[in-house]
Amino acid sequence: MTELVDVFLGGTFHAAVLFLVAAGLQLVFGVQKIVNLACGSFYALGAYFGITAVGIAIKLGMPPLLFFPVLIVAGLAIGLVGLPIERVLRTIYRRDESYQLLITFGFLLMFQDAFRYLWGATPRTMDNVYLAYGTAQVLGVRVPTYNLLVIAASIAIAAGLGLFLERTKTGRIVRATAENRDMAEGLGINASKIFAIVFTVGCMLGTVGGALVVPSGAASLDMAVDLVVESFAVVVIGGLGSMRGAVVGALIVGLMRAAAISLMPELEMLSVYLVVVVVLILRPAGLFGKVAA
Amino acid sequence: MSHPSIDIAPQAIPRRLAPRPNGLWLLLGLIVFMALMPLVASPYALLLMLPFIGYGIALLGFNLLFGITGLLSFGHALFLAVGAYAAAALTSKFGILSFELLLMAAAGASGLVALAIGALCVRYTKIFFGMLTLAFGMLFHSFLFKFYGITGGDQGMRVLRPLLLGMEWRGGKTAFLTGPFYYYALLLFALLGLAMWRVTQSPFGLHLRAIRENAGKAAYVGVEVFRMRLTAFVISAVYGGIGGTILAVTTGLADPELAYWTHSGNLVFMAVLGGSGTFAGPAIGALVFVVLQDFVMSITQYWRFVMGGVLVFLVVFMPHGLSGTIEALVNRRHGGR
Repeated sequence: MTELVDVFLGGTFHAAVLFLVAAGLQLVFGVQKIVNLACGSFYALGAYFGITAVGIAIKLGMPPLLFFPVLIVAGLAIGLVGLPIERVLRTIYRRDESYQLLITFGFLLMFQDAFRYLWGATPRTMDNVYLAYGTAQVLGVRVPTYNLLVIAASIAIAAGLGLFLERTKTGRIVRATAENRDMAEGLGINASKIFAIVFTVGCMLGTVGGALVVPSGAASLDMAVDLVVESFAVVVIGGLGSMRGAVVGALIVGLMRAAAISLMPELEMLSVYLVVVVVLILRPAGLFGKVAA
Repeated sequence: MSHPSIDIAPQAIPRRLAPRPNGLWLLLGLIVFMALMPLVASPYALLLMLPFIGYGIALLGFNLLFGITGLLSFGHALFLAVGAYAAAALTSKFGILSFELLLMAAAGASGLVALAIGALCVRYTKIFFGMLTLAFGMLFHSFLFKFYGITGGDQGMRVLRPLLLGMEWRGGKTAFLTGPFYYYALLLFALLGLAMWRVTQSPFGLHLRAIRENAGKAAYVGVEVFRMRLTAFVISAVYGGIGGTILAVTTGLADPELAYWTHSGNLVFMAVLGGSGTFAGPAIGALVFVVLQDFVMSITQYWRFVMGGVLVFLVVFMPHGLSGTIEALVNRRHGGR
């Protein structure tokens, strides 16, 4: 029983972070129709920058208890790097998707070395703050309270994003642009502006995800390329462009991995890819995706 | 060859519409040039050419899928890994050293794997095809990585020096690689290049082009889209497997990174760098990629940044790659199209 709860909590924590990155991927694919391979880089960027930001905050005498909001603010701030990247991407919106995949692959390579230059090749950790909030008992299992906070934050962001897209005027404009860019422009919508906003928000989701995950682990150069595959798995399982799909996909991938790690560690990622392959074969558009044209 | 509508009176085709063998001549010219290289070049340069031959062969196959059939695979490195591991398993576990047997095993293994994966993948196109192939590639990568007992895990597997034409070659590793193995691989490159040229110029190649342009219309006029795509997938995988074997013999090692998705990304990079719309473009892209990466690595440790920057620049400003850009320049000089 405790093992089950353990797997569940660990899986949900991982899913919470995965969801954020995958939601960014979905948002950008939904509107710009670009599959952003650099989403993993944004995640790693958030992680590295989160470490730096918390380090500075503590040096400035901020109590360690405040590190959680510091991380969120740091993630949001560094997410602004999406703006200049969107300027470059703008040149290829109307091109074949192979070019779009490749250009984001190019960004991924560039980020990789930018991280190495700025933060070094050895993994960086953030010490002493992970357990600042203590631990909590959940159904007989001790978990760091921080993990629960991250899960809560992710749920809040998911809800906020859903409300934004469904209920607000800007959200409606975003959905209209996603549906038909030319039509939206014909109705007087500034699609370029919407694209820039959407890409930056997508980027911020990734950086916040990275910033939130880093206290529990380390920021390393591999995390970008590794996470790309995992968030790919999430969106393929959930269905490209669907937010609900991102939630379900993240939960499936997160729980699968946690279960595999505790049962058969060799199958850790293998199990995830197997689910991807099975889903793609049975439902090529994913669980919540629209049927491919 | 057996397609009647193609075989009837080829002379009737006006000359300028007949397929211009530019790409083939370009490739063969490059190979002749490389055959002369050992006379002047240093062993280091020759050792650099070996990965190029491996990638060049793989890219010939990759382009059948990407440039001609219009399917972008983001997991093609899987087949390079299959070829490499086939060579590694045969030489170091089973003691089979004949290079010809290794090539056949690599080609057979990657062809079989491709038949199974392709049957599932080629039903989809565009981004779904890319994602599915990526998932299969990573599936294989994590198998290689985690099943230490079978594959050697992250250590990889050693590839022993093979026998060429059943003969044992003496001398150091460098002498073997830059001597007999270099010519052997080059000859293989030329033969596979010729074979691929025949494939692209055949009715089968025409079918593939028709599928790329409009799969629905192609199916309507009787092209068996699924079978054609699957065949293209298998052929490209066989080329990938052979390329992977050459790479593995060159480095003496098969390791899981060969199957990692960024390696597949590099293959796409090479194809676009050279220009996927042409026959020899991707192979030339492989050459430029290998030389450029070596050059950039020698001047800075941040070579990924430079390569990434080159890729972004290429996509934005030169989407038709080197060969496309050169062709456009030549056409402009001759009064344009």
